Amino acid sequence: MKLHTFKIGGVHPAENKLAAGEPIINVPLPAEVVLPMAQHIGAPAKPIVNKGDKVKRGDCVAEAGGFVSAPIHTPISGTVVKIDVCHNPQGLPVQAIYIKSDEADREADRIARENPRPVRDRSELAILSSKAIIDIIKNAGIVGLGGATFPTHVKLSPPPGSKAELVIINAVECEPCLSCDDMLMRERPREIAKGVEFLMRAAGVNHGVIAIENNKPEAIKAMTEAASTVPGLEVMPMKVKYPQGGEKQLIEAVTGKEVPSGALPIATGAIVQNVATAYAVYRAVVYGEPLMERVLTVHDGKTGKNLRVALGTNLASLVDSTDYEKIILGGPMMGRTASTLDTPMIKGNSGILLDNRYAHRREVEPCIRCGFCAQACPMGLEPFLLSTLSRLKDWEEAEAQKIANCIECGSCSYACPASRPVVDYIRLGKSTVMGIMRARAAAAKK
Amino acid sequence: MSIIVTSIIVLGAIGILGAAVLYIVARRFYVKEDPRIDRVEALLPGANCGGCGRSGCRDFATACVNATSLDSLSCPASGSAVMKQIGEIVGLAAVETKPKIAVIKCNGSCDVRPQVAHYEGAPTCSILATLGAGQTGCPNGCLGCGDCVAACPYDAIHMNDATGLPEVDEDKCVGCGACVKACPRAIIELRFKGPRGMRVWVACANKEKGAFAMKECKVACIGCSKCAKECTHDAITVANNLAYIDYEKCKLCRKCVDVCPTHAIHAVNFPVKKAQPAPEQPKPQTEVSPA
Repeated sequence: MKLHTFKIGGVHPAENKLAAGEPIINVPLPAEVVLPMAQHIGAPAKPIVNKGDKVKRGDCVAEAGGFVSAPIHTPISGTVVKIDVCHNPQGLPVQAIYIKSDEADREADRIARENPRPVRDRSELAILSSKAIIDIIKNAGIVGLGGATFPTHVKLSPPPGSKAELVIINAVECEPCLSCDDMLMRERPREIAKGVEFLMRAAGVNHGVIAIENNKPEAIKAMTEAASTVPGLEVMPMKVKYPQGGEKQLIEAVTGKEVPSGALPIATGAIVQNVATAYAVYRAVVYGEPLMERVLTVHDGKTGKNLRVALGTNLASLVDSTDYEKIILGGPMMGRTASTLDTPMIKGNSGILLDNRYAHRREVEPCIRCGFCAQACPMGLEPFLLSTLSRLKDWEEAEAQKIANCIECGSCSYACPASRPVVDYIRLGKSTVMGIMRARAAAAKK
Repeated sequence: MSIIVTSIIVLGAIGILGAAVLYIVARRFYVKEDPRIDRVEALLPGANCGGCGRSGCRDFATACVNATSLDSLSCPASGSAVMKQIGEIVGLAAVETKPKIAVIKCNGSCDVRPQVAHYEGAPTCSILATLGAGQTGCPNGCLGCGDCVAACPYDAIHMNDATGLPEVDEDKCVGCGACVKACPRAIIELRFKGPRGMRVWVACANKEKGAFAMKECKVACIGCSKCAKECTHDAITVANNLAYIDYEKCKLCRKCVDVCPTHAIHAVNFPVKKAQPAPEQPKPQTEVSPA
């Protein structure tokens, strides 16, 4: 059978998925949580509780701060200790709500977490309209759990003039080391399939594809079985290639259609959602549970484990290893380096990576124009040129060379035999050029 | 013989023809330019630093000659004396400006600011700034990769390897502001150079609350407002846990310098303070040798 994949570029880093096959462990709810207000792309949420307020598990503590934003809910019952700054993993101050629970709260929360009660029965679920599902998702604070944390309800409401034809579930998990999506699919296939059905109904389409890379045979088997219960839903095994989980790459791999430069992915008629998002949608629709916890992989180079962690849990409490030189939150390709683990869990955090193999960069050597980066680039760009243009601050030429199309996947840096920081410079250039483009668009509007 | 004569005649004819073409073209397409532009440009430093807000010295000279008033035109690199000369050339009155100098609003050297991370990526502040707080806990302080050094067209700013901070060379700095634009943390400010170079400023940009600021850097401004209370000229404001001294209002009395608990306020080029009359010290007892 021919496996689907995207056409140009791509690399295949060592998979290193030590946590694959490790069952998901439910980490007990912490006694104290810190909930940062900026956990998603877009405007930060606005606190709606005050110091001293009593809150219950699942209560909304912060409302969405704009259209592209999401509310935040507390995973524990307790008292709001303070609303103060906390430091994000990179050390920058962000506003956060501190909540502390007492013994009685913890016992009640534990029982509530272990025995969730459905809030809607089968007949109610069958008649839920598209708008009703989108409202549930919006109020549950669900965002894209693949890492980009784009609010899900915004993606499900396409701008006027575009029409969705297909929902693609991103379960490729192309980042090395991570296996949280893999394990979620092995353990909860039926719930995920149901979640995808709700997503399809919300988007008003009757065709859904769950794309899984071929290195997860158990997940493919489990999902194929579960998908057969949902009409119009199929599982598509994919060739293993990074960055297949990139939205544009995945759409091309599944449908063969390319997202035009500068256009939204919806231009191809496809809506891409992460598999963990689909599971969160299931929990929200059936159990009325907002997004309060997620699965993440902890990988320390020797062992790996998959944990279901409540948002706001201190990350240091999840790690036993002390023998690490570098902390990466997310995967090794696109994850962000953190300076400390003394920071709360947030919605977009899919992994804690403490593998010393990724701790240091190799020595940088001069570029000899070998073109490996251009071969690896999944967007068909010339990374060596773009990084040089960014370094020389030639923003006009960088824009002409389509720096804004870069998806920052890091394939170029990975492929570079001279270990140059290619994507670092491109990222800088891209944000500057996009700033210039936005300013120009705003000036043109006036 | 004849071949030499022929060559001389032919080449000479080509030369004369070429000269005639060049002469005609030069006259036909002559661009008439105000000769004053060249005279003004000759006075300017020619570094094209952009401190005046123009794209270069020539552009500035053209703007001066075409201007109806010199109020908004000033070359920070050359100062008032040169602006006066330019004013004489173009026949307009130049505004008197006080010379400015770049100051670094960070004093978190390596020994007072604990390092919490080690950065190995591309050696430029503009990238490090996008990654987070940098190599130390301070989210506002100097990142130490030297983007300001690279930006300076006058070679007036250098990294001090011992402190890990940039230092401004007072003799070379003209206050063009190239470093101010280059710094992603906005910790460089142009301030009045002051009489004999005397100036006072808050050498900190940390906007965190006092407890965090103290943890991140021992010499951080903690926003205690002691300086603002001490100031009799209403020159100090405290916002976002950070004091700022307005250089227009500051009278250089240095009262704030003495009260700052973290020594975040810097004063330079002041004459050494007269030593306070030391309290009488008890004379050391001389040992009495046994008789």
